[in-house]
Amino acid sequence: MEDIANLFHGFAVVVQPFNLVLMVVGIVLGVIVGVLPGLGGANGVAILLPLTFSMSPTSAIIMLSCIYWGALFGGAITSILFNIPGEPWSVATTFDGYPMAQNGRAGEALTAAFTSSFVGALFAVIIITLVAPLVANFALRFGPPEIFAVYFLAFCSFVGLSKEPPFKTVASMMLGFGLGAVGLDQMTGQLRLTFGFEQMLNGFDFLIAVIGLFGIGEILLTMEEGLSFRGKPAALNMKVVLQTWAKLPRYWLLYLRSCLIGCWMGISPAGATPASFMSYGIAKRISKNGHLFGTGQIEGVVAPETAAHAAGTSALLPMIALGVPGSPTAAVLLGGLLIWGLQPGPLLFVEQKDFVWGLIASMYMGNIVGLLVVLTCVPLFASILRIPFSVIAPVIMVFCAIGAYTVHNNTFDVVMMVVFGVLGYFMKKTNYPMAPMVLAIVLGDKAEESFRQSLLSSQGGLGVFFSNGLVSTIMSLGLIALFWPLIQAGWTRLRSGKLRPAE
Amino acid sequence: MNQTVKETGGTGPSHRSVEVGMAAFMALLALIGIFGSIKVGIGWGDEGPRAGFFPFYVSLVVLISCAINIFSALASGDKGRVFAEWGQLRQVLSVLVPTIVYVALVPYIGIYVASALLIAFFMRLFGGYSWTVTAAVAIAVPVLTFLMFESWFLVPLPKGPVESMLGF
Repeated sequence: MEDIANLFHGFAVVVQPFNLVLMVVGIVLGVIVGVLPGLGGANGVAILLPLTFSMSPTSAIIMLSCIYWGALFGGAITSILFNIPGEPWSVATTFDGYPMAQNGRAGEALTAAFTSSFVGALFAVIIITLVAPLVANFALRFGPPEIFAVYFLAFCSFVGLSKEPPFKTVASMMLGFGLGAVGLDQMTGQLRLTFGFEQMLNGFDFLIAVIGLFGIGEILLTMEEGLSFRGKPAALNMKVVLQTWAKLPRYWLLYLRSCLIGCWMGISPAGATPASFMSYGIAKRISKNGHLFGTGQIEGVVAPETAAHAAGTSALLPMIALGVPGSPTAAVLLGGLLIWGLQPGPLLFVEQKDFVWGLIASMYMGNIVGLLVVLTCVPLFASILRIPFSVIAPVIMVFCAIGAYTVHNNTFDVVMMVVFGVLGYFMKKTNYPMAPMVLAIVLGDKAEESFRQSLLSSQGGLGVFFSNGLVSTIMSLGLIALFWPLIQAGWTRLRSGKLRPAE
Repeated sequence: MNQTVKETGGTGPSHRSVEVGMAAFMALLALIGIFGSIKVGIGWGDEGPRAGFFPFYVSLVVLISCAINIFSALASGDKGRVFAEWGQLRQVLSVLVPTIVYVALVPYIGIYVASALLIAFFMRLFGGYSWTVTAAVAIAVPVLTFLMFESWFLVPLPKGPVESMLGF
C-alpha cells in the first residue's frame, strides 16, 4: 500500500509543467534519434546526457527515459515506411510492416505498431511497479558474494542467450572488463594498465565507448551499404486509427504472449532484439495465418513490437532494483545516475524514494504521451528521413563529437570516440556483439569490487560463491544460462533419442 | 590480404582475413593487459588480491577466446566470402578520413568552426549542393548548437580563435 502512495506522489512530481515539457521534448528527440540511422537509443541518450547535468536528477531521468521511449517508438516508423529498421529490435517489424505499407495499409501498420508498443511497455511498467520494490527489498540483504553472483548471472545470460558465437561474446565482454579496469584501482588506489599515459588515468569512459561503437560505427556501416531512402507515404487519420483499434482486441492472447516473452527477455539481459524475433517466430508458428506471415499480416507487426517494447522497458527493472542494467541504454541511464550522485541498486528504494517513484510514474506518463505524439506526428518524423544522408551524416558526427567532449570536457575523448567507432564497425561486420562490451565497461569496477571483497572474506577460496543457498542458487542459474546452448542441444538429442524407438 | 572474387564480381579483402585480423587485434590488447597486470602484481597482497589480479584473468580469458575464434575462422568453409568490396571500403574511408581530420582540428579551431567545415565538406562532395545551400546549412547548424549548448543549457564546448575574435 505504501508503494501505491509513493507512486501517486511520483505522479504528482511528473505532472509538474516543467517535467511535462521535458517529457514531450524527450519523446520528440527520442523519436528523431530512433528514426535516424546511426543514432540509437543508447547513444542518443549518451549524447544528450550532458544536457541534463544542470537539472535535478528526477527531471533529468524523466527526459532521458523519455528519449528511450521515443527511440523505441521511432524504430517502427522507419521499418514500416522505409523498410529500414532504425533500431535492431525493429528488424522483425519490417517483415510484415513494410509489405503492409506497400499494400497501402501503412496507416494500419503504424497504428498497430504504436499501439502494440504501448501495450508492451505498459505491461512491463506494471510488472516493474509490482516486482521492483520486492526485488530491491530482497536484495538489501545481499553481501558481496551475492552481488557478484547477480553480475555473474547477468553476463552469463549474454553468452548463453545471444545469437553470436559464444566465444565472440566472451571475448568482447572480457575486453570490456579489461578496458573498464584501466586507470585507478578502486580498492588499492594503485594505477594500473596506464603505461605512463596521462590520458589513461581516468580509464575508458563507457559513454565514449557507446557513442563511438553505436554512433560512429553505425554511420560507417551505413556509408558502406550506400543508403537510399524510398519511403511510402505516411498519412494517419483518426478513422484508420479507430478502425485498427477496433481490430486489435481480438489478438489479446498474442499480446499477452508477446508481453511475457518481452518481459522475460528484458529482465534477463538478452534484450529487445532477440525478444522481438522470438515473439515473431512463435506467433508465426502458432497463428492460423502463419503461412501468410511476411506478406503483410497485422499479427506480424503486433508480435515483435509488443515484445520489443516490453523487453526494452523491463530492462530497467534490474537496473532500478539491483543496479544491473538489462540493456546498453539502461546502462547509459545507470551511468547518468552515477553522474548525478545516486548509487543505483536496492538502497535507491530506501534513500531516494522520490527519484525512483518519479521514474516509475514517468514510465506510465511517458508512454501515454509517446503514443499521442507518434500518432499525431508521423508525417513529420517520416519527412526527417527524406533529408539526404549527405546532410544528416555530418550533423550526426558533430553531435556525437559534442556528446563525447562534454562527458569530461576533454578533446582526447573525442579521439577515443573515433577509435571506438572504427572498432565498432569491425565488430559489427565480424559479428562481435557490442552490448556485452559496453555493459562490462560500466559494471567492471563494481563486479571486480564485489569479487575481490568476497575473496577477501574467504581468504581466496572460490567456495564463498557457493557458501549459502541464496548465492549458490544465483550462481547455478548463471552457470545454466552460460551453458544453455549446450543444455538445449543435449536435451533435444536426448528426447529425439528417446522418441525414435517409439515411432 | 588475399583477394577473392564474389559472385557479383566485386573484389575486396576476404571476410576470413578480417575475421582473423580482428581476433589477432583483440589478442594483442589481451597481451598488453596481461603484461600490465603482471607489472602491478597479480598475486595476493596485504589487502587481498592485488590490483592486477582481476585484469590479469580477464585478459587471459580474452586471449583464450581469441585463439578459439581464430581457429574457428580458419576452419570455417566460407572461403570465398568478401568482407566488403573495395568500392564500399572507399566509401567508408571517405567518411572516416574527414572525421579524423575533424577530430584533429577541434582542439585548435574549436568545435563550431570545425563542424561547419565538416558539414560543408560532406554536402559539397557527397550531396553536390550549391555553395549557397551548403553555406546556409553549414553555418546554421553550429550557430543553433552554440545557442543550445552555451546559452540554453550552459555547457561550454571547445572554442577557437574565431569565437574569441567574436568575444566569447
